[in-house]
Amino acid sequence: MRSPSWIRAAKWAALLLVLAVALLFPAFESDPATVNIAVFTVMYVGLATAWNIMGGYTGYVSLGHAAFFGFGAYAFGLVLAHLGIQAGYEPFLFVPIAGVLTVVLALVIGWIALRTRAATFVIVTIAMMFMVQLLAENLVGLTGGGSGLSFPVPPWSGDFFDTPFYYAMLVMAIVSLLLSWWIRRSKFGLGLLAIRDDEDKALAVGVPAHAYKLTAFVISAGLVGMIGAVYGYYVTYIYPQYAIDPLVGISLVLMVFLGGLGTLWGPVLGAVILEPAQLWLAYNFGASLLYLVFYAAVFLVVILLLPRGIIPSVGDLLKRIAARRAVGPSDTASTSDTHAVAGVQSP
Amino acid sequence: MNALLELDGVTAGYGGGDVLHDVNLSIEEGGITCVVGPNGAGKSTILRLVSGLIRPRLGGLRFRGQSITGLSPRQILQLGIVQVPQERSLFPTMTVWENVRMGAYTLSDRALLERRMATVCDTFPIVAERRHERVAALSGGQQKIIEFARALMLDPKLLVLDEPSMGLDPKTHGVVFELIRDMNRSGRTILLVEQNARSGLGLASHGVVLESGRVRLEGTGASVLGNGEIGRLFLGAPV
Repeated sequence: MRSPSWIRAAKWAALLLVLAVALLFPAFESDPATVNIAVFTVMYVGLATAWNIMGGYTGYVSLGHAAFFGFGAYAFGLVLAHLGIQAGYEPFLFVPIAGVLTVVLALVIGWIALRTRAATFVIVTIAMMFMVQLLAENLVGLTGGGSGLSFPVPPWSGDFFDTPFYYAMLVMAIVSLLLSWWIRRSKFGLGLLAIRDDEDKALAVGVPAHAYKLTAFVISAGLVGMIGAVYGYYVTYIYPQYAIDPLVGISLVLMVFLGGLGTLWGPVLGAVILEPAQLWLAYNFGASLLYLVFYAAVFLVVILLLPRGIIPSVGDLLKRIAARRAVGPSDTASTSDTHAVAGVQSP
Repeated sequence: MNALLELDGVTAGYGGGDVLHDVNLSIEEGGITCVVGPNGAGKSTILRLVSGLIRPRLGGLRFRGQSITGLSPRQILQLGIVQVPQERSLFPTMTVWENVRMGAYTLSDRALLERRMATVCDTFPIVAERRHERVAALSGGQQKIIEFARALMLDPKLLVLDEPSMGLDPKTHGVVFELIRDMNRSGRTILLVEQNARSGLGLASHGVVLESGRVRLEGTGASVLGNGEIGRLFLGAPV
């Protein structure tokens, strides 16, 4: 059922409130440690949303998106170095170049990986990620190999250092969300959902499945690559195991599953819950790697108790409550015929 | 009446074996043709041929006098031959509206799409009434109606129905068959394959009995239904 008008108004009000809080956050919060957590949280909002365009809408679960994250960071660092771009705000203008280069890589990887389905696709994406990591390790002349790659160090210091990166990550998160929203409402998005439900049926009704999957994969990877670029500039130094970290890929998948796979706001909710918790554990119990145990526990809870994620589960619960209220005890018998067929007129 | 679809001496099958042997069949425009027969007679193979999922080894198919032998399923769909398969063919996580919209996925004219949607909503009010609900929440009969609605989105010239009574309770069965009759009255030619031979032939203007891949008997639906030998052999009881 379509939401009543007051619910839609409440949703718009909540959206505007969230946007206002996100935009004004650095103005109200001056503690660098807190803004640092906000930078990473907003980064994962963008990453999880971008991953959801592929994994959530088509049902093709990629565990190798860390390859695009790291590749974007490396590509950005090399572009800045070769063009001699100085530190400051100017490097942010070159982030789309990292996105374009990541798209080229994703076209090649996607062309191969998307010839497989289900578990085979998952394994192929993991293998591709380790191949990219090995290339970063071994192409020493280009990437610096194990010695890593340095970025220009931003000139900002003290309390202000995180703020430009917070807004850069916020822009990427908003772009990812707008693209995800547009795709979900488009004919292209409908085709992706059909592929997720049943790829053979989708082909039968005329969905060009391979082209659509590749397009979703490339869009998703391009966004992740651009976020990786901003990340590289933020941390100012990357090396293969750090930039192309399987845990990044697993984290964003877990966030999407927790919030709601294939929903617009599920990845946002998952990132906002998991990333601050993960950072708090890492800062307080970092040496013990307790946050990895936390991730494993969350994954088990999600799979066992909320297999569809928070947003779809809560949505279903609210619908059940509303339906129970709408159908009084006296109506129950008359609606018990679940095979009732209604609503047909002569063609 | 003119023949809308013709099978001329078709031999077809899978792997090394033939299922259909030299089958000649004519589907009259504006009628309901029902193909009945025991399991393995080749009923579903005829539907797969018509939808372009398999090609004949010998013979050919003509639609409005033009050969359609060897056309892809998408090309056949674009000619206006639309099939509603036996098994559930809806997308379970999509809403009613999205599922119906998928029926005209190949259509790029937005205005035409809107008009088709409006027509389908007039014909099947359930599409508009429950547009935001997931199809998985509907009963089996309601899902069958959504499948019909989706099939009508391409404004088919020939509607191919594979065992529409499968899995329906008697009450819903009656509604669905009345709906098939209504779609035919509105000018659509229907090719029906039905395991429930009495229901299918009772509805049909033309009946075909298939046995071991060959046409055993054909005639009006009523005459096939009234044939004593056929009744004993295929319809389960003396007629």
